[in-house]
Amino acid sequence: MKKDKRFQAWLYGESDVMDNILELDETSDETREQQKREIRHIRREIRHSRAARSVVRAEQKGFYYLYNVVAVVSCIFLIGVLLFAVSNLPRFGEENPRTTEMVGRYVEHGVEETGAVNIVAGLILDYRAFDTLGESHVLFTALICVTILLRLDRKNTRKGFEDYYAIRGERFHDISKEAIMRNVAAVLVPCIFLFGIYVLLNGQNGPGGGFSGGAVIGAGMIIFSAAFGFDLSDRVFTKRLTAWVTFGALTFYSMAKGYVFFTGANHLENHIPKGTPGAILSGGLILPLDIAVGLVVAFTMFGFYSLFMRGSVGERGDSR
Amino acid sequence: MSFIQNFPLFTIVLSLFSGVLCTMLKGKTARKYTVCYECVLIALVSCVLFYTIETGQSFTYVMGEFPAPWGNEIRAGVLEALFGLIFLIVMLCSVLGGARFIDLDLDESKVNLYYTLINLMTAAMMAILWTNDIFTGYVFLEILTLTSCGVLIVRELGRTTLAAIRYMIMNLLGSGLFLLGVVLLYDITGNLLMLPMQKNIAELCSTPGNMTSVAMALGILTIGLSIKSGLFPFHFWMPDTYSYATPTSGAVLSSLVSKCYIFLLIKVYFRVIGIGVFEQMPLKAILLVLGMGGIVLGSVSALKAEHINRMIAFSSAAQIGYIYMGIGLGGTAGYTAALFHILAHSVTKSLLFLTTPRLAEASGDSLLFKNLQGSGLRDPSTGFFFGAAGFSMIGIPIFAGFSSKLLFAAAAVDSGRDWKLILVMVVLAASSVLNALYFIRTLIRIFSESADKRRTTVKHGVLYKISMSTLIAVNLALGLFSWVFTDLIEKGLGMFG
Repeated sequence: MKKDKRFQAWLYGESDVMDNILELDETSDETREQQKREIRHIRREIRHSRAARSVVRAEQKGFYYLYNVVAVVSCIFLIGVLLFAVSNLPRFGEENPRTTEMVGRYVEHGVEETGAVNIVAGLILDYRAFDTLGESHVLFTALICVTILLRLDRKNTRKGFEDYYAIRGERFHDISKEAIMRNVAAVLVPCIFLFGIYVLLNGQNGPGGGFSGGAVIGAGMIIFSAAFGFDLSDRVFTKRLTAWVTFGALTFYSMAKGYVFFTGANHLENHIPKGTPGAILSGGLILPLDIAVGLVVAFTMFGFYSLFMRGSVGERGDSR
Repeated sequence: MSFIQNFPLFTIVLSLFSGVLCTMLKGKTARKYTVCYECVLIALVSCVLFYTIETGQSFTYVMGEFPAPWGNEIRAGVLEALFGLIFLIVMLCSVLGGARFIDLDLDESKVNLYYTLINLMTAAMMAILWTNDIFTGYVFLEILTLTSCGVLIVRELGRTTLAAIRYMIMNLLGSGLFLLGVVLLYDITGNLLMLPMQKNIAELCSTPGNMTSVAMALGILTIGLSIKSGLFPFHFWMPDTYSYATPTSGAVLSSLVSKCYIFLLIKVYFRVIGIGVFEQMPLKAILLVLGMGGIVLGSVSALKAEHINRMIAFSSAAQIGYIYMGIGLGGTAGYTAALFHILAHSVTKSLLFLTTPRLAEASGDSLLFKNLQGSGLRDPSTGFFFGAAGFSMIGIPIFAGFSSKLLFAAAAVDSGRDWKLILVMVVLAASSVLNALYFIRTLIRIFSESADKRRTTVKHGVLYKISMSTLIAVNLALGLFSWVFTDLIEKGLGMFG
């Protein structure tokens, strides 16, 4: 019945089905004119500033011409140097005891010593676990830097953000209102999560691991929130959850590896079982560490997306 | 194995954990926590220092269950422990001395994130000092790069954001070149641990012709690190970066971060390339010339600056030049002078960057020289601290700056009586005069009478005074007992090679 009425209303031109779906630009002509005037004014100011004049002077003197020439020449020189350096390197696949000694040892004894069939996982999370500990903190640091730069606060306000888009004459097109996006995402997101979890948990036995699995899960989270809007995703991935998950994962990582380093260097017994290579519970600490790294990667990726889109992570979900 | 040998590991893991923990704390609590744990770190590192002095040798510490060539390692000797100790003291004093400005400049919701970055930076510094593996050095270099960009943008001014973007581009270029160098070296030697690398390189370089690839890798790596530390042709990012950041950031970036890169470079020369091979390369002469260029041009730019922080930043470029000049002179005396100057400069420069905002505060929040007239009289304690640091920069006896200039001169005499000696002496004399010109001019200006005779209304906290006095005390110790420190540095260099 109701649908019928809407159809009639549309037929007689009383309403528009695209209401709330297609956004109309509601800015009146006057404000538009005013904005244009402001932009013109700002541009004029910039053009007449001291810095701009010095740029013009430099341009007249041919500085930028020279600059480009020097840049191109130095790039070509650097390319030449690097090619020469590469041509001096040992050939790929060459039998050279110096360069193959380490690799041979990892390939031959890696599985037995780390308990992981995937030698790469054994290498990054056991032989060279200290580097990976640093690497996961690099990601965390990047998240903190982006948070500092983009999270809305007293100085970094939403108004400035919207003004920018108003001046550029662009508006957000909220993709989450589209039916195609929603329906496809409803099918796709569970699959992506499942695949991500598989890659994450299978890191010690095959290609995969924390970084790649985390990236897949993070992509799933981004698609989920893009399709269903931040209102829904905020209810799941709240600010507090993000904070606790990153904190827990990184703390676990530091503590677990600290324990291994401590026992290893002091020649104490390490109580973590290696498991049979090939089983899901194998590789000692590799699986839990993969999970920790994966969580950090996933939440970092989602945090980037959320911060770039609207300047906060799960803020609304927290206030409820 | 003594329990103290675990302490380097504890410093790294504790700093990383503290960084992550601070995201969960409120701003004020985060600061208190940071101060407490930095004190713990200082205690741990001093234990390591005394332990290594007592045993007279360095120790390696296996990171994991796998012994040397297969696993990862850290290593502690006198040099690392001494630098760790002084760097941590400077870090703690910078945090305490600039705490009020952190609260003023930053949004309340982001204060705890600032301490997160500071703690991660400490972790990266400690790891770079202790590391015995060149790739671990690269990973923590990345953390250092990112955190230093973070402590810049945190003020959220247009200028700091712009400066941070520029800083980031230059730094990423530097990191990329460093990584390229590491990759080339890895390809040549098949190892990432420093000692096996050195063995393989020595073997390679014994046959002529193989030297080129090593020299190229080393050249790329050196360019990368010199961009990051701001050696002369790459110093133009310095003034903007240091002068508009919040004082603690300016102090930490100029006195610790750029020095960490230089320390890593010296470590690469000694432990990866081997100092014998390095001394044969033409790279040394290039570093010497660029260092001297940095000294002269940095000082001239500082003389022309209209803004006290820009002047100090340009003088930083000159001081980095000194350090590279020391490396370029070579010989134990040259490296000792360079390393001593790293300590002297980090203690002095942090003091300068922490005092100038207070002087500005007493002069209507302006850092321009013309407004600073008489600020030292309006705010006597800050004026005193600034004056002490200025004297050290000029090189007045009993301060650290004097001892380091003396060491450079001695190193130049040691390096042989040729063109180097004359050039270095001329540059040293010229730069001392220039230094004296711009610092004495500044001192006269801030201590001369002005129309504005009001006293500053801002009460300085006790912690600010204590931290500034500590920095001056360390500075005086470096100046008065320089032989103790040079002995330690020489001992540490002996353990390095």
